[in-house]
Amino acid sequence: MTDRTRLEDLLKKNKISRRQFIAQTSALGLAAAVSPGLFAGTARASVPKKGGRFIIGCTGGSTTDSMDPASLTSNMNQNLNWQIRNNLIEIDHDFNPIPELAESWDSTPDAKKWSFKLRKGVEFHNGKTMTAEDVIFSINHHIGEESKSGAKGYLKNIESIKADGKYGVVFELSGGTADFPFIMGDYHLTICPSGTKGQEWEKGVGTGGYILKNWEPGVRAFTVRNPNYWKAGRAHFDEIETLSIVDTNARTNALKTDQINYMDRVELKTVHLMKRMPGINVTATTGTAHYTIPMLVNQTPYNDNNVRMALKLAVDREELLKQVLRGYGELGNDHPIAPVNRYYAKNLDQRRYDPDKAKFYMKKAGALDHTFNLHAADAAFPGAVDAAILMKEQAKKSGIDINVVREPDDGYWSNVWMKKEWCMCYWGGRPTADMMFSVAYADGAPWNDTKWSHKRFNELLIAARAELDTDKRRKMYGEMQEICRNDSGTIMPMYNQMVEASSDKLDHGPISGHMALDGMRNGERWWFK
Amino acid sequence: MKPVIWLILRRAGFGFLTIIVISLIIFIGVELLPGDVAEAVLGQNATQETVEAFRKALKLELPPHVRYWVWLTDFVQGDFGRSLANGREVSGLIGWRFANTLFLALTTAAIAIPLSVMLGMMAAFYRNTLFDKVISITTLSFISFPEFFIAYILITLFSVQFNIFPSMANINESMTLVAKLHAVLLPALTLTCVVTAHMMRQTRAAIINVLASAYIEMAELKGIRRLRIIMRHAFPNSLSPVINVVALNLAYLIVGVVIVEVVFVYPGLGQLLVDSVSKRDIPVVQASGLIFAGAYISLNMMADILSMLANPRLRQSQTS
Repeated sequence: MTDRTRLEDLLKKNKISRRQFIAQTSALGLAAAVSPGLFAGTARASVPKKGGRFIIGCTGGSTTDSMDPASLTSNMNQNLNWQIRNNLIEIDHDFNPIPELAESWDSTPDAKKWSFKLRKGVEFHNGKTMTAEDVIFSINHHIGEESKSGAKGYLKNIESIKADGKYGVVFELSGGTADFPFIMGDYHLTICPSGTKGQEWEKGVGTGGYILKNWEPGVRAFTVRNPNYWKAGRAHFDEIETLSIVDTNARTNALKTDQINYMDRVELKTVHLMKRMPGINVTATTGTAHYTIPMLVNQTPYNDNNVRMALKLAVDREELLKQVLRGYGELGNDHPIAPVNRYYAKNLDQRRYDPDKAKFYMKKAGALDHTFNLHAADAAFPGAVDAAILMKEQAKKSGIDINVVREPDDGYWSNVWMKKEWCMCYWGGRPTADMMFSVAYADGAPWNDTKWSHKRFNELLIAARAELDTDKRRKMYGEMQEICRNDSGTIMPMYNQMVEASSDKLDHGPISGHMALDGMRNGERWWFK
Repeated sequence: MKPVIWLILRRAGFGFLTIIVISLIIFIGVELLPGDVAEAVLGQNATQETVEAFRKALKLELPPHVRYWVWLTDFVQGDFGRSLANGREVSGLIGWRFANTLFLALTTAAIAIPLSVMLGMMAAFYRNTLFDKVISITTLSFISFPEFFIAYILITLFSVQFNIFPSMANINESMTLVAKLHAVLLPALTLTCVVTAHMMRQTRAAIINVLASAYIEMAELKGIRRLRIIMRHAFPNSLSPVINVVALNLAYLIVGVVIVEVVFVYPGLGQLLVDSVSKRDIPVVQASGLIFAGAYISLNMMADILSMLANPRLRQSQTS
């Protein structure tokens, strides 16, 4: 079988994505030979072209940012991180782990020992060849007492990391973790040359598609294409300029006047005007991000599930979605697993606004005369106070009395969240069900913001974590989502979409909902038409 | 009467004393943060080791007066310490941003000062005419709008509609002076709108005040033309309040333009200070605080000294 027919075959069987197909064929110089009709039904069949300077204007940049992978906190340095560095695995737009610096991986049946085979002949920007030593160094950077890394929690169960020859790495874990490859795709865990420390992180030496030339935190980063890039069919731009533009209007104006080609966080109040502008495309992607309204279930009356159920039913999600997100989102079903997740429970009924049922449950709990204090500040999410006031009105129909307590934005996360009995909250979400449940719903998790503890749920969480069989896992995660929906202390009204805008001179494959800016990889996935 | 030089030295001495007092206040302000500074700054990340490392970085194990002395002498020698957030040299973070801030302030001053002094003189000359009222109303309305509003109007007009000036003023070293000036013109115009009214009104008031004096009446009786009276006789005598208001506005242009910086994505010192305060990056906050105070005080001092030179009567009153 020739390369081309092999790729076509894989594409037809859905083994590879259309984008991977394009990438592979164009890398092999085969694009022109592709069988006509293969892409029947897809409007876009553009082949990536090289060249141009891609200018990104993004939010969140701060003068205190660093390129140390342990402390990547903003859209700006997370995006830059994946311009210049790679992980062992990459998470594709369908939320599947695909090979990156690791060619392949394998585990023991109990999912406790994971071996990764590394790609050979990959060079860092400084000419050094990437080996197991660098991988071990890069992962160890996030482990240990002094580590302040955001990935520290995911790596807690690593007992040892050993090299298996020059191009193999073996991880031994204290408990089975079926999602371990996924964890290796976390944005913190990019591979850097062994021995990097202190100010050397700011030089940004990696194996990525672009080489860092200039980096001024909170202002600007400038990268040029790595002529030596190992990954086929990626990194199409000649140069990328990443600008920190904190002000939404400034970003919008810059895009309108062609000073930038891409912006994140479009203002929802004016997005309809932006859509009308010629030359600008607006994309809305549902990812894992969602809004929650957690109640502390160890306090009365929230310890009674009838009260929780009543409050869940007393929220008109459709109206919240329309008013607060202006339709840029999807309805939530009182559990945190996103529709993009492989294990999203499609069979669960969508919970809807039902004032009568809400009243029934509240009466059953004997709490109809209770005043429910709902603590809100826009620090939780833009429009959180409005959402709380809408909920107050909606709950009136069930005879439930909600009192909206306005809290200051400053110190919201340390003084209100997890401290007050019921408040507004926001989650960026996690790429896997295990990560999401473990961080916020597992018994005793530091960020379990409802103090909810459900025996069956916690048992399933442990069992599903080590289960390698996808069908069995799907069943377990399905049951967990149902338990969460019907019992947990969190109202999850909606997923908020990532709304971004770009110049129509750009082209791209399917957009990933994994993180903002096409999974933070628009630098290597997008191209100029 | 003592020589002018002595007066200037005395004024400079006062300025220096003020800076010392302010440096003390900045230093004590950080000391007064409730609880342990290290734990307050580290927040959730506070473990035994990180707190220890942090204390060492801030030299917290030394007594306060020693720390103050070390900080001040280091500062005078140009060593501002390292940023707590990303370990960079504070002087490296501040240096080029301060140059950018000065560049924007001076560009604005080059437009705003001649403009407002001229408008002020003309308003005084055509006092109580329609022209005077139009100028007053226009400049006063500009000062009444928030800065960002004027900025957005200018962007909508000149960037989006006509596309003559960029909406972002993100200048960098590789740009030529002309390119930089082109890039900062919109922010400079915004700031001009904000500061003109103040300076213009002061100039007008000062000249009108002088015009009421007996010697101006004398000049008028001698038949000198009004324009000449204002330019030659009234304006020099009204210089000192004008100098004062110009200095105040210059100081504002250096220390108070963070909103304009954000709207135009201009890499200046204001944005750095705001970021550092929100991340509690104390060395950066201290250093920029002292630099801002220094700029304010030295501009005020210069204004006083220039007024003294411009107006001999001020020298009199100082010594009597």
